[in-house]
Amino acid sequence: MLNRKVATVMTSLAAAAPTLAYESTYNLPVGATDVSARVYGLHMMMFWVCIAIAIVVFGVMIYSIVKFRRSKGAVADQTLLHSTKVEIVWTLIPVLILIATAIPAARTLIVMEDTRNSELSIKVTGYQWKWHYEYIGKGVNFYSSLAADSNEARQLKSGIDPHGVKDYLLNVDNPVVVPVNTKIRVLLTGNDVIHSWWVPDFAVKKDAIPGFINEAWFKSNKVGRFTGQCTELCGRDHGFMPIVVEVRSKEDFAKWLADKQAAAKAATSGEVAPTATAMTTPAAATTAAL
Amino acid sequence: MAHADTHALHAADHHDDHKPHGIGRWLFATNHKDIGTMYMVFALIMFFIGGAMAMVIRLELFKPGMQFVDPGFYNSLVTSHALVMIFGAVMPAFVGLANWMIPLQIGAPDMALPRMNNYSFWILPFAFTLLLSSFFTAGGGPAGGWTLYPPLSLQAGDSFPLTIFAIHMMGASSIMGAINVIVTIMNMRAPGMTLLKLPLFCWTWLITAYLLIAVMPVLAGAVTMLLTDHYFGTSFFNPAGGGDPVMFQHIFWFFGHPEVYILILPAFGIVSEIIPTFSRKPLFGYDAMVYATASIAFLSFIVWAHHMFTVGMPLAGQMFFMMSTMLIAVPTGVKVFNWTTTMWKGSLSFEPPMLFALAFLFLFTIGGFSGLMLAIAPADYQYQDTYFVVAHFHYVLVPGAVFAIMAGVYYWLPKWTGHMYSMTLAKWHFWVSTISVNVLFFPQHFLGLAGMPRRIPDYNVQFTDWNMVSSIGGFVFGLSQLLFVAVIIQSARGGPKATAKVWDAEPLGLEWTVPSPAPYHSFSDAPEVH
Repeated sequence: MLNRKVATVMTSLAAAAPTLAYESTYNLPVGATDVSARVYGLHMMMFWVCIAIAIVVFGVMIYSIVKFRRSKGAVADQTLLHSTKVEIVWTLIPVLILIATAIPAARTLIVMEDTRNSELSIKVTGYQWKWHYEYIGKGVNFYSSLAADSNEARQLKSGIDPHGVKDYLLNVDNPVVVPVNTKIRVLLTGNDVIHSWWVPDFAVKKDAIPGFINEAWFKSNKVGRFTGQCTELCGRDHGFMPIVVEVRSKEDFAKWLADKQAAAKAATSGEVAPTATAMTTPAAATTAAL
Repeated sequence: MAHADTHALHAADHHDDHKPHGIGRWLFATNHKDIGTMYMVFALIMFFIGGAMAMVIRLELFKPGMQFVDPGFYNSLVTSHALVMIFGAVMPAFVGLANWMIPLQIGAPDMALPRMNNYSFWILPFAFTLLLSSFFTAGGGPAGGWTLYPPLSLQAGDSFPLTIFAIHMMGASSIMGAINVIVTIMNMRAPGMTLLKLPLFCWTWLITAYLLIAVMPVLAGAVTMLLTDHYFGTSFFNPAGGGDPVMFQHIFWFFGHPEVYILILPAFGIVSEIIPTFSRKPLFGYDAMVYATASIAFLSFIVWAHHMFTVGMPLAGQMFFMMSTMLIAVPTGVKVFNWTTTMWKGSLSFEPPMLFALAFLFLFTIGGFSGLMLAIAPADYQYQDTYFVVAHFHYVLVPGAVFAIMAGVYYWLPKWTGHMYSMTLAKWHFWVSTISVNVLFFPQHFLGLAGMPRRIPDYNVQFTDWNMVSSIGGFVFGLSQLLFVAVIIQSARGGPKATAKVWDAEPLGLEWTVPSPAPYHSFSDAPEVH
């Protein structure tokens, strides 16, 4: 009961100050989805729990350091060897705190893993070093690589000031476009080595592993441009395969999709669309069953 | 000649103190103190080699844009920095301390298996020569991260077999060292020293040694499978052949998580020796400390997959590993509370070992807090593989493990050399290190939360400020370690004579009953323990 209350308070606290934490250079984003707000709430809840414990523990340490100095004539109390009562108390209190924090965490985890009833599925394939996106059943697929101006500036001793480059290292040639307020299922796999697809504003991070198909989902409440990066070391240019997701209104998305489909039809008459060769292993099937 | 004569006289006076001469003393060393010294010197050299790599990393990250190194070489630096620091600096330093102190603390003349002790040390220079020479092979050094995840690690060039064999050798060395520790503690304790009278440094090392024996073969198995996948056409981890790349991660972290505790349990032991001495009061809750250490060791075997929440485990698996990981906070908390209560109503003084132990207490606890946050699986999705994780494990390893090693060195150095060192210089080392280590690692929490992934050589301009701060902290921290070397050299060369007790306190433990420097063969007659 108390946990739910704490979680609610934290989540509303998080929701009350979205502008403060948004685009922060020192904290997680509240993000654009209900899940990302919940994760932010959990993060802040754990942060305050740690701060509370720190105040007590560090308080006692600092008090001891100040108060029980030999230079101030402190004499050691040699009888203070152990106390079963105190030891039981400081074992039990952490257990209770942990149970109280584990419950909201478990609830959020269950929501994050529920990929049912999605309205659009996008297959994401990690390559060294770019992403490939396939809108399943829509006949649209494309590669997404680091934007040319960033790529030029990031060459060793290029002499180009990154401050002058638009969204340096967080910009791509072909962003993923998705509709707002729509549950999007992301299917992830890797073509060569393991990559990891991370968009902080959606609180989605899942590994793209050769031979596996992993699942994640997000439902953005906001229209806008959201960026992320590969978060599993994948070789030389691991730092240079960003992710850009553009969330548009449903109408704008439909228009974008229609344009893409028309372009794809015109371009691929007679040509086979590239498909990533990924097998579904039993482990991936287990994940899918959940 | 004169030197030899004095030595002969000296040897005649104290027959037990006879030392072999020249290079042979070190090459064929079987004396626990000589081997301990070699381990410590080796660890210090590796600390500087790994540190130099970190300096290049921080230099490249000082501002956005690629200024100094190629991204591939950057990845080699990241990989080797980790391998060198873990297997070359922290672990050998702990083995060195174990060699020096365990016989002294349990009242034994030497380690139980002196010749194996020699092998276990002398393997290491060869292992690290292999590892570091891989930088000069086609394709450069190992660049797949110290975790060696396939398929990426299988893309390596000629560095690959060198890295694998180096890891095999390090593992063999660790296992031999661990066997020696167990046999020594189990068989050579002074009469009357029951297990629950064992000094905590010995206790934590005993448990660490069991962890080493349990998990080093697992690592050896994992890297051998990588080797056969690469050269002999097997498909353990190759999905195209029916293998499973995630299985490697499970095997690796089944080694890797206990390994994390291998790097911290002896540190707990050192701190548990130092805090009571300078609080002038016995350790609070000795039995609880022993049981907490054993609990942490047990838990370390059932939490491994919290390193891999994002690989797509089933919900039930994620739940289990989240809850089991959170449980670790309980015994760790008990330890922190016991150290704190040891200081309560004590009579504290702040010599360099105590200063480092106190910094350990505060800063390791900060690392523990971020560890608790990382345990929360949904939040870990945001933290995983970002600088938040980098900040977390550097807090537990640098002001955690490394500071504890420094505390131990400052505590026992006069016992080893027979000379006191300059307290002023050591305090300078302490203050500069402690301030700079926080400037170095604290901002990395912010970087990770704001969205900077780890293991990247370049970043968006929004991350510039904290990276600059962190780099400046890094350079100061790196330079301040020269003070540490200065103190050690000074104490080895001479200085005021240290008494048997060394400190202006009543330190408990048999090591303080022998003169400083400790005699070459620690205890010829076993002392009685009551």
